[in-house]
Amino acid sequence: MVEAVLFVLMALGALAGAVTVVVARNTVYSAMGLLATLFLVAVLYVVQLAHLVAAVQVIVYAGAVMTLFLFVIMLIGVDLSEDIDERLPRQRLWVGGLAGLVIVLAGVVTLSGEFVWVPAAASETIAEATNGTVQAIAEPLFTEWILAFEATALLLTIAAAGAIALAHFRRVRV
Amino acid sequence: MVASGWYMGLAAALFTIGALGILLRRNALVMFMCIELMLNAVNLTLISAGRAMNDINGQVAVFFILVVAAAEVVVGLAIIVAIFRRRATASVDELSELKG
Repeated sequence: MVEAVLFVLMALGALAGAVTVVVARNTVYSAMGLLATLFLVAVLYVVQLAHLVAAVQVIVYAGAVMTLFLFVIMLIGVDLSEDIDERLPRQRLWVGGLAGLVIVLAGVVTLSGEFVWVPAAASETIAEATNGTVQAIAEPLFTEWILAFEATALLLTIAAAGAIALAHFRRVRV
Repeated sequence: MVASGWYMGLAAALFTIGALGILLRRNALVMFMCIELMLNAVNLTLISAGRAMNDINGQVAVFFILVVAAAEVVVGLAIIVAIFRRRATASVDELSELKG
């Protein structure tokens, strides 16, 4: 019951935030909408017992990434107006048609009654199996996925070096 | 307990809104935020599927996606700032000819 109430509240908030990202004319409002969505989805993680992932989501995404976004928005200028007129021919028509097609397809698949969201789902969920504590995440991370973990370390190093190179590039040229 | 289908339906809706944002907006920053939105929707799907299957690896996959997304944001925003310094615009329509 608590989970159902939480889900409805968080889902409505997250959808509202997502719509704000797309329709807001001011980039700061878009960023605030994204921030709200990220926070509310983090709550949904906690509801599903993904504690560590929820904490990382709030710290890295809602904290660091959104700060970076707002920093860039302030750097580029918040009052930069976006020209609204569409330059690609019939882009809006295509997008509308595509969206309608997806909605019809989703409706048909749902109403056919044979659709299952998770085909390999277990017959009953065991809360202990997916209780995402630090220890529970770390065990597969440092045994089964150790190679991928090392690869992400390399990726982060490359990304940091690339960002510095991009930021430095103009100063050398000018 | 809320069935995992509801979580996945929400994730699908978030993903669709993000995809529509990519297709409709022309501001590079807003398009980038829409990419983050879609990544987040996929994360929600992975966690719900992991819970339905009693498998902790769904959360491990989300952990990796968060790391990759953080790296992607750093490089992407650096590119947007570099483009803005050169062209004084954040609109992708102005960048269609792939020249400096």
